[in-house]
Amino acid sequence: MPAAAATSSTIFGLSTEIIGIWVAALLTLAIYSFLYADNPVYKVAEHIFVGISAAYGAVILYYQALLPKLVKPLIIPLIDRVWHPELADATSPRYTLLVPMFLGLLIFSRFVPKYDWLSRWPIAFVMGLYAGLSIPRSVQEIILKQMHGTMLPLLPRGANGGYDFLTGFSNLLLVMGVICTLAYFYFSARHEGLLGRVSRVGVWFLMVAFGAGFGNTVMARISLLIGRVQFLLYDWLPTIGIHLGGPGMG
Amino acid sequence: MRLHIPIGLGFLAGAFMIVQFFVPHPSFEESYKALMDWTMIIGAFALVLGLQSLFRTHIDKIRRRRQGYGYSFVALISFAVMFMVGIVHGAKPGSLFDWLFMNVQVPLEATIFSLLAFFIASAAYRTFRARTPEATILLLTAVVVMLGRVPIGEFIYAQVPEATEWIMSVPTVAAKRGIMFGVALGVIATSLRILLGIERSHLGGGR
Repeated sequence: MPAAAATSSTIFGLSTEIIGIWVAALLTLAIYSFLYADNPVYKVAEHIFVGISAAYGAVILYYQALLPKLVKPLIIPLIDRVWHPELADATSPRYTLLVPMFLGLLIFSRFVPKYDWLSRWPIAFVMGLYAGLSIPRSVQEIILKQMHGTMLPLLPRGANGGYDFLTGFSNLLLVMGVICTLAYFYFSARHEGLLGRVSRVGVWFLMVAFGAGFGNTVMARISLLIGRVQFLLYDWLPTIGIHLGGPGMG
Repeated sequence: MRLHIPIGLGFLAGAFMIVQFFVPHPSFEESYKALMDWTMIIGAFALVLGLQSLFRTHIDKIRRRRQGYGYSFVALISFAVMFMVGIVHGAKPGSLFDWLFMNVQVPLEATIFSLLAFFIASAAYRTFRARTPEATILLLTAVVVMLGRVPIGEFIYAQVPEATEWIMSVPTVAAKRGIMFGVALGVIATSLRILLGIERSHLGGGR
């Protein structure tokens, strides 16, 4: 995807779109310089990425969590009430939000060794909340759904009314695979005899899943590489008068 | 008190979430939404703690003039520029913040991840030597899946893409399902331990 700027303004006679392409291209080349050797240019690009990513996360969290859920409903109405009491139609502050604000502020007690135990309160609250949430959700959305998905017909009928061999074989293999994989993860008994053989088949299924996962990961990375090379060839090179054809910014 | 109050707080929060799951009353649904908002607010404060850790690492490196401390300046300045631009100018599409995201962060992220395409090949060579039946299965599956995702796979043998789809939808699903059952049971067991105060590692050490 071309890294194009959304605006079409200019700086020193150059469009921000062209500047954006150059910035993106130089940073791309800086990162690829690592393929030759670890070097200062790569390290600069790497540290830019660290700083930019951390700031991006902080800004997005501010706009998506702090501003709409705390600042606008509590802080701003509180300030209005104190400094502008004449504003009769001012929104009344949502005082219940003082609780998460107080819990959030307790996190900073970590900076004071004498009172750092207070930071356990918000952590315990959030952990308890998600622990309570995950118990019924795990049962409903994982265990029951996966069990439902595993209850497959072993003698399915095809479109012509006869036995659909391929679907029946796949269904049988899937049910066996789930049982064998679960047997491998059953550690309350020694993996000997029948359990040992079944769990060994479970390992084969796991190897297939890991192999497929690895294959997909490799292809995803190669897809990213193709994307970056296409960007350099069809978006960046045309800006210095080299046109190779193919997909471009259009 | 230092340990019992947070354990009690966690238990009450968790117990409420379990109860509200089974009570489809509007007041419970509103309380659920409010509590989820609370976690986001607390999470925002927790992010400050994470950022403090990042700053401390880099500032310490600069102060002690450790090797490569100049790069720490780069990280801190990048953070300051992106943060100030986002807070002062906003983060809407078309803003300077969006421009920096599209032309600095996105290309850097994509390029760094694409670097793995080179290193994963050498890692695969070292890992994928078919020395055992299990390693052979892993190797064959990975090769079939990789070939099935590119046109050359179909060129070599017409059924390769179909074989890939079958691998992804039958044996892979079977193994993943087994793993998911284990994960779900593990989540339930760990959650119960947290709610009952048996698991306390998230509260740190001390009394």
